[in-house]
Amino acid sequence: MIEQIVFYLFSGLLLLSASMVVVMRNPIHSALFLVLSFFASAAIWLLLQAEFLAITLVLVYVGAVMVLFLFVVMMLDINLVKVREGFARFLPVGITVAVLMVVAMGLVVGSDYFLSDTYMAIKSVGPDYSNTKELGMTLYTEYLYQFEIAGAILLVAIIAAISLSMSKSKVNKSISPEDQVFVKKADRLRVVKMQSEQKTKSGGSEA
Amino acid sequence: MITLPEVLSLAALLFCISVAGIFLNRKNVIILLMCIELMLLSVNMNFIAFSHFLGDIHGQIFVFFILTVAAAEAAIGLAILVVMFRSKESINVDDLDSMKG
Repeated sequence: MIEQIVFYLFSGLLLLSASMVVVMRNPIHSALFLVLSFFASAAIWLLLQAEFLAITLVLVYVGAVMVLFLFVVMMLDINLVKVREGFARFLPVGITVAVLMVVAMGLVVGSDYFLSDTYMAIKSVGPDYSNTKELGMTLYTEYLYQFEIAGAILLVAIIAAISLSMSKSKVNKSISPEDQVFVKKADRLRVVKMQSEQKTKSGGSEA
Repeated sequence: MITLPEVLSLAALLFCISVAGIFLNRKNVIILLMCIELMLLSVNMNFIAFSHFLGDIHGQIFVFFILTVAAAEAAIGLAILVVMFRSKESINVDDLDSMKG
């Protein structure tokens, strides 16, 4: 019973903060409400006995990804009036699509199929059970290659993000070898036609 | 006692809210990225729910990989956003029409 109360409390919080993310005028408020919705869903994941992933969600998403979002929002100077244009115009379309999807998904999810005994195979675990240990035992044996590919994906993401956002302006005086290789004689040496010098009475030379 | 349809309904509602958000905030790329994060969150919640109610740890492994890919996606998306703002001075989706698509 208490489990159900906690679940509904955090579900309400999650749905409320998710809708605030969508309708908020200021992107910073949206980002902060997104943080709240991540916290609420981490609580629900704890109820569903996924302790490791709940903590990972808080650490990785709230600690890293959302801080990155906030950095970018604060770095960019956004014209809020222009950004909000068309909100009212797309409101009917958005609500229509959302209601249609709720109805369609509700028909699937609300059926008695998901109440059958197949979906009641919840593991009864004792106090010495470790979700992290079981997850690690599966991850590092059955899913070892996939785990390494995930590491490679993160490396590619680091390289892509750095190379995209690195400023192209020259800050140092380093040489560029390709320009040195392709240099022509005409780039370096200029022959100028001019009159030969003439002696004047004062002894100086005039050009 | 929580049942599976309750968690699945929650995830479905969350997904619908984020889809509506993509329709409503068509001018603001930052909010669009946030809505994509919300969608991934609702998918993850389905995986965790099935993992719990079927007593199978493999669903949680999938959530782990989805979190990895989502973090990479957010990093690259924000980098593209910063480059776009530097060149166009705006984050409006309508300004991204130089390829005449």
